[in-house]
Amino acid sequence: MTAPLLTLSGVSTFYGAIQALRDVDMTVNEGEIVTLIGANGAGKSTLMMTICGSPRARTGSIVYDGRDIARLPTHEIMRQRIAQAPEGRRIFGRMTVYENLLMGAEVSGQTDIPALLDQICDLFPRLKERLSQRGGTLSGGEQQMLAIGRALMARPRLLLLDEPSLGLAPLVVRQIFGAIRTLNRETGLTVLLVEQNAHQALRLAHRGYVLVNGAITMAGTGADLLARPEIRAAYLEGGG
Amino acid sequence: MFVTRLAPVRPDVFARPVRTEGVEALAYALQQLINGVTLGMIYGLIAVGYTMVYGIIGMINFAHGDIFMVGAFLSLISLLGLASLGITAVPLALALTLLFAAGLAALYGWTVERVAYRPLRGSFRLAPLISAIGMSIVLQNFVQVGQGARVKPMNALLPGGIELMNEGDFAVQLSWMQIAIVATTLIVLTAFTWLVTRTPLGRSMRACEQDLKMAGLLGIDTDRTISLTFVIGAALAAVAGLLFLLYYGVIDFFIGFLAGVKAFTAAVLGGIGSLPGAVLGGLLIGLIEVFWSAYFSVEYKDVAAFAVLILVLIFRPSGILGRAEVEKV
Ligand SMILES: Nc1ncnc2c1ncn2[C@@H]1O[C@H](COP(=O)(O)OP(=O)(O)O)[C@@H](O)[C@H]1O
Ligand SMILES: [Mg+2]
Repeated sequence: MTAPLLTLSGVSTFYGAIQALRDVDMTVNEGEIVTLIGANGAGKSTLMMTICGSPRARTGSIVYDGRDIARLPTHEIMRQRIAQAPEGRRIFGRMTVYENLLMGAEVSGQTDIPALLDQICDLFPRLKERLSQRGGTLSGGEQQMLAIGRALMARPRLLLLDEPSLGLAPLVVRQIFGAIRTLNRETGLTVLLVEQNAHQALRLAHRGYVLVNGAITMAGTGADLLARPEIRAAYLEGGG
Repeated sequence: MFVTRLAPVRPDVFARPVRTEGVEALAYALQQLINGVTLGMIYGLIAVGYTMVYGIIGMINFAHGDIFMVGAFLSLISLLGLASLGITAVPLALALTLLFAAGLAALYGWTVERVAYRPLRGSFRLAPLISAIGMSIVLQNFVQVGQGARVKPMNALLPGGIELMNEGDFAVQLSWMQIAIVATTLIVLTAFTWLVTRTPLGRSMRACEQDLKMAGLLGIDTDRTISLTFVIGAALAAVAGLLFLLYYGVIDFFIGFLAGVKAFTAAVLGGIGSLPGAVLGGLLIGLIEVFWSAYFSVEYKDVAAFAVLILVLIFRPSGILGRAEVEKV
């Protein structure tokens, strides 16, 4: 078996004196969709951001594509074809949709911008009609599409998605999850997906991890986790 | 107290007796408009640097006015040096001086950020401000020690001008110098606008300005972008320094203080963080200052400019073109 694309070993992250991640071990294989579920405040976003070096892991290693990236500055990590659509979307509200997309591609050195743009617009046709509109004027769902599209403009090998469904109508959520599945199947894109409401995420993902108070408490295939009663109680049936 | 230490203003620019009759009054007002726009352009160029730095890292770079002063000195040194080399063709001398002063001042700006601000990033909010005040004092003293405290005069490079109107004993003058100042400012600001709106660097700067963390997540080297923001701001301030030197013909190590405060006022007036706002604010401050001097009293021109600032802050705290801004750290 080939080595995983991403391996976290013994990762702990702190905000000042507060420990947000406790000794996290996790792997993501090439071509997989892995989901991370957990309650609000469990440390999911912290884990995603720690992979990107902001905040930095205080202990442990983060090996990506055979190289420990835990001590690299954020911009260098993101130039290794890791892209994140972060929590809260973080669209540049005073830039056009087109400029937002360009931001995704430019710094990672992509040259074939028109082809990339076409791909994104095929995936999210609603963006195509709004390329010259300001990011801040988009609806929540469109902003999420833009955030994902912007991340995809870097042609990532590893895509980090932090709660892409938050606050969106069910139809839009289905659309976005459909896009993630398509990308994974057709291009082999590796995805690490954070979700608070876990049902759809576990159905979409190959494997999942459960984070409680900054520590991984369970891991397994999506179907396996879906079937466990404690997961059902905590995250699926009115919990979370 | 600082007013008396400022370089004396050329008597032909300000403080004519007020004209009140008909066409002559109009001519007089037109002259003030020309003078105000010229001065406003200089303030606008400096204000852009304040507003850019504030936009990107949310700090007031109190040393920026002194970078402007350093730019004026570099310009003087360059012009004298070129003259001693026999390069006296005015357009060539100006172009070379512009490059020299902007380039070296940019290096000053880069160094100040590197030495005094970057190590404090992530520290408590006031730390970089205090450090900036320190850098301002350092630059002033550095120039005072290196160049002397006396006022440095320079011969007018471009004497003369166009007489636009002649009414009674009052002639409306548009000097070559004023034309050169306005033209240079417009060219520089056009290039700057192109840089910010059309180039990858400009996009990176705007991305950092809007969301520094997200910019980092997109692979932008945010430290480098911040450095370049200081570099560009300093270069623009040096251009303003050159123009100030040409316009007033005298500089000293203290000109950065008052010009800096005025330009900062301009940036706040226009809406701090807004680039067009900085230029607009600069023009307004220049006009207020000149018109107040012309119709009321030269002594109180600074008071007038700051009074307008206070009024704006009371009635429109985010400035004329500013957004109601969330607090930045
Ligand atoms: N910038 C920060 N400074 C201090 N504490 C933080 C910061 N961000 C998150 N935290 C804390 O870290 C913990 C995990 O937060 P987070 O990773 O956002 O959780 P999740 O994404 O699972 O909701 C929470 O207790 C939160 O309050
Ligand atoms: Mg979160």
